[in-house]
Amino acid sequence: MNIPLNITKTIHDWLFSIMPEGVATVTEWVIVAAAYLALFAVAGLYLVLLERKVAAWFQLRLGPNRVGPWGIFQTMADALKLVSKELTSNANIDKFLYNLAPYFVILSSLIAIGVFPFSRQFQALDINIGIFFLFAVSSIGVIGILLAGWSSNNKFAMIGAMRSGLQTISYELSVGLSMLTMVLLTGSLQLSEIIEVQRTGGWLILQGHIPAIIAFMIFMIAGTAETNRAPFDLVEAESELGAGFHTEYSGMKFAYFFLAEFINMFIIASIAVVLFFGGWLSPFGITDDITWFPETIWFVIKVLGIIFLMMWFRWTFPRLRVDQLLTLEWKYLLPINLVNLVLMAIIIWLNWTI
Amino acid sequence: MVEKEIENKMKTEEYFVNMGPQHPAAHGVLRLLLTIDGEIIKNVDPDLGYIHRSIEKMCERDSYQQIVHLTDRMDYLSSHINNEAVCLAVEKGLDIEVSDRVKVIRTIVSELTRLASHQLWWGVIGMDLGALTTYFYAFRDREYINDIFEETCGARLTMNYNIPGGLMFDIHPNFVNRVKEFLVHFKTKLPEYDRLLTGNVIFQKRTKGVGVLTKEDAISYGATGPVGRGSGFACDVRKTHPYSAYDRVEFKEALFTEGDSLARYKVRIMEMWESMSIIDQLIDNIPEGDIKTPTKAVIKLPKGEFYQRVEAARGELGVYINSTGTKNPYRVKFRSSGFSNLSVLNHITKGAKIADLVATMASFDFVIPDIDR
Repeated sequence: MNIPLNITKTIHDWLFSIMPEGVATVTEWVIVAAAYLALFAVAGLYLVLLERKVAAWFQLRLGPNRVGPWGIFQTMADALKLVSKELTSNANIDKFLYNLAPYFVILSSLIAIGVFPFSRQFQALDINIGIFFLFAVSSIGVIGILLAGWSSNNKFAMIGAMRSGLQTISYELSVGLSMLTMVLLTGSLQLSEIIEVQRTGGWLILQGHIPAIIAFMIFMIAGTAETNRAPFDLVEAESELGAGFHTEYSGMKFAYFFLAEFINMFIIASIAVVLFFGGWLSPFGITDDITWFPETIWFVIKVLGIIFLMMWFRWTFPRLRVDQLLTLEWKYLLPINLVNLVLMAIIIWLNWTI
Repeated sequence: MVEKEIENKMKTEEYFVNMGPQHPAAHGVLRLLLTIDGEIIKNVDPDLGYIHRSIEKMCERDSYQQIVHLTDRMDYLSSHINNEAVCLAVEKGLDIEVSDRVKVIRTIVSELTRLASHQLWWGVIGMDLGALTTYFYAFRDREYINDIFEETCGARLTMNYNIPGGLMFDIHPNFVNRVKEFLVHFKTKLPEYDRLLTGNVIFQKRTKGVGVLTKEDAISYGATGPVGRGSGFACDVRKTHPYSAYDRVEFKEALFTEGDSLARYKVRIMEMWESMSIIDQLIDNIPEGDIKTPTKAVIKLPKGEFYQRVEAARGELGVYINSTGTKNPYRVKFRSSGFSNLSVLNHITKGAKIADLVATMASFDFVIPDIDR
């Protein structure tokens, strides 16, 4: 069917033919992990480039355009520079936690991508609690941010980390509940099944009437807050806290934080695509009959659309204040979300779905 | 009783944070010593002196023509207005009257300077509140004004266009056309500013009711300019003590009574409209005349004290010259708006959040070299 499948199947058969089953399985895991790592390092870098290009477009600028044609190697060059930089640190830091923090952040994002449903064949792990796993793993990142702020012996970093704790813990509720609203509709936590449900009934945002649209809006707001991006970038609010929690990090450790932010954005966008816009399914089934057409393309296009939306937020809105941030969550989003969940349950009970 | 017990068990400590001298929201080298309890500000202690260049002392050494050029470096965003203030003070001392042409050109360029300054402020307030895009929109429009300045007097920021007795050169032949072009352009772009930032819910929430300064406090602290007028204190020198050509144009004084950051924001937006209307009234009929009333090569002011106040972009600028009849002043004192406005900061940000302090500071529009001199 799909070209990637043939290649992976060939490699799979070849591995199992030359070594014992146990060794072959482990080798295959390592190969898949390495491939994913490479893929996401590059994807993260190009999201940075995309962000800069989109920002430039919003801000009447040209954006990076010197390194390579249209500046496509700009972020590569930046990454190379960051790798070559010295890892400096403050005096009197908690060395162990300080060094551990970036790995928490980057690992939580990288583990989460293991369950991404790029297409029917292109998914490393299709576990039956996929969406729950995705949500749970990606929320570990906040520990890294808290540790980074705490251990770097800097008051501004500390304030940033505390804000991050407040923000992530609060908004996780909304992300979880809006996801739950949609899971109610599909009746499954498995990502591939959630997508296949939409093949017959249409995308979930249409299937679920008004509650689905409300859930989508809440998910986008809370998801943006989860990734610590503007208008919820209080964690690194540069006009207030310098650089927030990663003030004292340099070189590759800083790059981890930076990359993690973009991969997290990718994660939030993919959850949105899976839950609301039919994942890898083509709109109106226009490519369903073309068997060789890689469905991954649809997934990536939709994800990029959502990411563009999030970038649009970032370059348009001012930043919220910390108490307004909490008011928005606890006084508005959470009650609306709970009511929305009940509404969705009623709709399903009365069988009003399309 | 229980509360006391909780307080004893959960003892929170206040701590100090140095906001500046190198901090993105300080717009220069202002050092604020913050006493913070969590996110709540208990005390703001501004520490000055990081960009003190002893301009006032240097003035005592210099001739009156040279003083003018030093004032560029105070509030560099309203450099032309600073120059004008010194020139007016010296002209007052010499008791000479400049021609109408000079008066009108000075007024037009002053208002262009004010527009450029407010445009930059608008970009910066957005940036301070986290909306980075405003900065670039503002700079797009500010570029028009800077180009006009560059064409006329060769400099874009520190212009030195004024000299005691008139102007350094006549306006460039293109000046009138380009100013008109700019007005046409900016009249379509200023509503865009409103659409992008003023109407934004988050922006309104961040500024409404934040950093409230009452009219009484504004007067007693000597807050002038948009800060005073945002609190309902009618302190526009252009209205109360008209100088140059301000007595022959009609404009409204931007006055808002709320006293919060949003009111100060609105004052500046309204001032931009008014500045454009002032230029509109003057640009078509710049009278003919000399651009310079001749003065002696070495200006010697008569013995005495001379004071001139003007409305700079950030408030009232006062120039005090004490002369003993020599070619140098005995003492020069600048009453800068930023210094008085800064003194209000602690009073109105106590009990607010760190983010409120940033928003308030952005709405005050500090230029640190103006505060320190």
